[in-house]
Amino acid sequence: MADMTAPETPRAPAHQGDTTLGHIAYVLRDNPVTLLAFAMLAFFLGCAVFGPALVPYDPLATHAARALEAPSWDHWFGTDNLGRDVFSRVIVATRLDLTISVAAVALSFALGSVLGSIAGYWGGWLDAVLNRCLDTIMAFPLFVLAMGVVAALGNTVENIIYATAIINIPFYARLVRAEVNIRRHAGFAQAAKLAGNSDLRVLAVHIFPNALPPMMVQVSLNLGWAILNAAGLSFIGLGVRPPTPEWGIMVAEGANFIVSGEWWLALFPGLWLMLAVFTFNLLGDGLRDIVDPRKRT
Amino acid sequence: MLSINNLSVAFKTRKGEVNAVRGISLNVAKGETLGIVGESGSGKSVTSYALMRILDAGGEIRTGDVTYSGIDLRAASEKDMRDIRGREISMIFQNPRAALNPIRRVGHQIEDVLIRHAQATRQDAKEKAIAALKAVKINDAAARYDAYPFELSGGMCQRIVIAIALACKPRLLIADEPTTGLDITTQKAVMDLVGDLAKARGMGMILITHDLGLASQYCDRIVVMKDGLIVEEDVPAQLFTNPQHAYTRKLVDATPRLGASLRTLLPPEARRPEPKLRVQSNPLLEVRDLVKTYPGKSGPVQAVKGISFDINAGQSLGLVGESGSGKSTTSEMIVRLQDPSSGNIIFDRQDIAATPSARFMRHPMRRDIQMVFQDATDSLNPRGTAAAAIAEPLARIDGMRGSKLSARVAELAELVGLPQPLLSRFPHQLSGGQKARVGIARAIALEPKLLILDEPTAALDVSIQAIVLNLLVDLRAQMGMSYLFVSHDLNVVRLLCDEVLVMKQGDIVDRGPTAQVMDTPSHPYTRALIEAAPQPPKSVAA
Repeated sequence: MADMTAPETPRAPAHQGDTTLGHIAYVLRDNPVTLLAFAMLAFFLGCAVFGPALVPYDPLATHAARALEAPSWDHWFGTDNLGRDVFSRVIVATRLDLTISVAAVALSFALGSVLGSIAGYWGGWLDAVLNRCLDTIMAFPLFVLAMGVVAALGNTVENIIYATAIINIPFYARLVRAEVNIRRHAGFAQAAKLAGNSDLRVLAVHIFPNALPPMMVQVSLNLGWAILNAAGLSFIGLGVRPPTPEWGIMVAEGANFIVSGEWWLALFPGLWLMLAVFTFNLLGDGLRDIVDPRKRT
Repeated sequence: MLSINNLSVAFKTRKGEVNAVRGISLNVAKGETLGIVGESGSGKSVTSYALMRILDAGGEIRTGDVTYSGIDLRAASEKDMRDIRGREISMIFQNPRAALNPIRRVGHQIEDVLIRHAQATRQDAKEKAIAALKAVKINDAAARYDAYPFELSGGMCQRIVIAIALACKPRLLIADEPTTGLDITTQKAVMDLVGDLAKARGMGMILITHDLGLASQYCDRIVVMKDGLIVEEDVPAQLFTNPQHAYTRKLVDATPRLGASLRTLLPPEARRPEPKLRVQSNPLLEVRDLVKTYPGKSGPVQAVKGISFDINAGQSLGLVGESGSGKSTTSEMIVRLQDPSSGNIIFDRQDIAATPSARFMRHPMRRDIQMVFQDATDSLNPRGTAAAAIAEPLARIDGMRGSKLSARVAELAELVGLPQPLLSRFPHQLSGGQKARVGIARAIALEPKLLILDEPTAALDVSIQAIVLNLLVDLRAQMGMSYLFVSHDLNVVRLLCDEVLVMKQGDIVDRGPTAQVMDTPSHPYTRALIEAAPQPPKSVAA
């Protein structure tokens, strides 16, 4: 058979970018925006993991004598009406806010993927029923639905996560449904069946992973929304309760003092919230390029 | 009329710059048809995109002049180019469905180009669009004016695309693989139409194709391109009977044609004696009264209308037909991806149609019937490596693991002539021929008794097709497999099959030993198919 290979001998040997790490490095180098997004993500993750250990003050300790101080070298972001250090509270809150958003997105990703895969692969009445259920969720104003869920289930962090997850499920389910649907009769799915895979295995092992690149964009956008959503719930008094540091509550509490000139109470948590959402939104393209094997040329 | 002088085009990619076209010169005279023939990656399409100035992002004309009737197309402003495109130089693209806007009526799409180039006013546009439809011989043009592309067949869509291209009576037409994906009789109809129109209007034409036979039939002059260079230029008869360049000779040799045998498709140095094939007289597969009915809008549609045939052990049976003939449905039912509506599929004396396709993966005979799919790219999971694709059936059905598995994968790669370093690559990093080999290696991994080949070479260049066909006949001899070879290309079926079935609209209309069916066709449909196949001029190369 050797003589037949002549016209197509492989060209160059393995090139850079063949390994996963090399590929990630390439994606980061290729797009400075992605690099910036990953740097900011690293910063936020650092805050979430090490923040509570590193902050200069106890975020819950009150100090009546130093209430409502403007930003200074002692208190970078100033102090609030109870004399608590705003900087420490903003940094410590990172862990809670990221946990809520990541947990909520992971939950909706998992549930949405399962529902969407089933609907997209088998179709028929199953597809119709699932789609109508999702339409029902979408028909509510989503934030109002989340408020309703938290109000009904009770005011806890878990319930914020569940509420945020529920309102995000339709986005994932629809995306996965479409991606699975166009591939269910693809040649590689048929070939997998000939290789002795059951329908379920073909779906889970061969078809679903191909839906990942667009999912990654959705995930990163959703992480931003989820943070906003959690902060929004806390802002209106549902969800995380004072005195726990959380960006939404801090903005809500600080808003009362803007009129009297103490702008730092609301500005810094709001800024952090904005930066976090910004980071996740920028992250999408980079994540997609990393999970897409076709980018590995 | 058109002259290209020392044109070179480069593309920027992740791995640096790629020179797609490296200094080519050619001329097209008024009313002349020039064929550009080459395999994928030869730069033939890029040349036409460059002269129309519609290169993809990252592509750039590096050197050279393109002059059309005294206009320097390289220096022309984008606004001038917009006037030239469609008005002076028109283009027909490869995939007619992709070239038409799916949500607009075809008549309106013709009007767009007429109005854009001030060939019609809003008042008389409809009339002129219908006239354009009539010019491409569309029956009942007034009714078709209101059709959407999805309501039309592939051949019809290509006629619409031609109508759009010719609506403004351009003086030069570029046809980029205009008949790829069309049935062989449709191909003939479309090419005859384009040829006649070009002649009637005194239009110059550039026909870009990978099919030397097609080019020789319709072109006055052919240039052969390879790796961005023109290697040879001549009139078709000369090119075939006396190819000067080694590459042209290889292409001419590899084109399946009357009187050629499998081995003569290969370059002389790769030819080896044909293997001995043993065909037994006991049937391996017996198909009896197979029917497949789909529910349709206006009542059930019978895709397969009760066909019966046998395949003997070690035999290679050709299944020929055009799209819609039911040949793919038949092969999918035999390979147990679809359930027949009624009828029996008796394999090795056991009715396998009795087991529903959804449960067939656990059937002990799953390993004995495998398939090589039509589109090698589509049949490989884009997220899996070549090795993973070949290993899949071994791991799932044989439960093979670890070093034993990788050794077997390496052995199979060797068998199909796939170099070992390519095993760790993803499908998009492999060429078409390499992907076809991966698909074949996966299908023969379990040493099936029956291999169904669904146009395995349809997407391949002729020289790669020649290699794959030879590989298939070698494998058949080595492993004693039976083949069901599904194809629309009679020239290929002739080379590979002992017997042939001709299907039309779900029925077998003709059958018999290949030579008999091909040389003395008894059924008019078979005769039409054979006549539609482009036949290159007799060559002395073989």
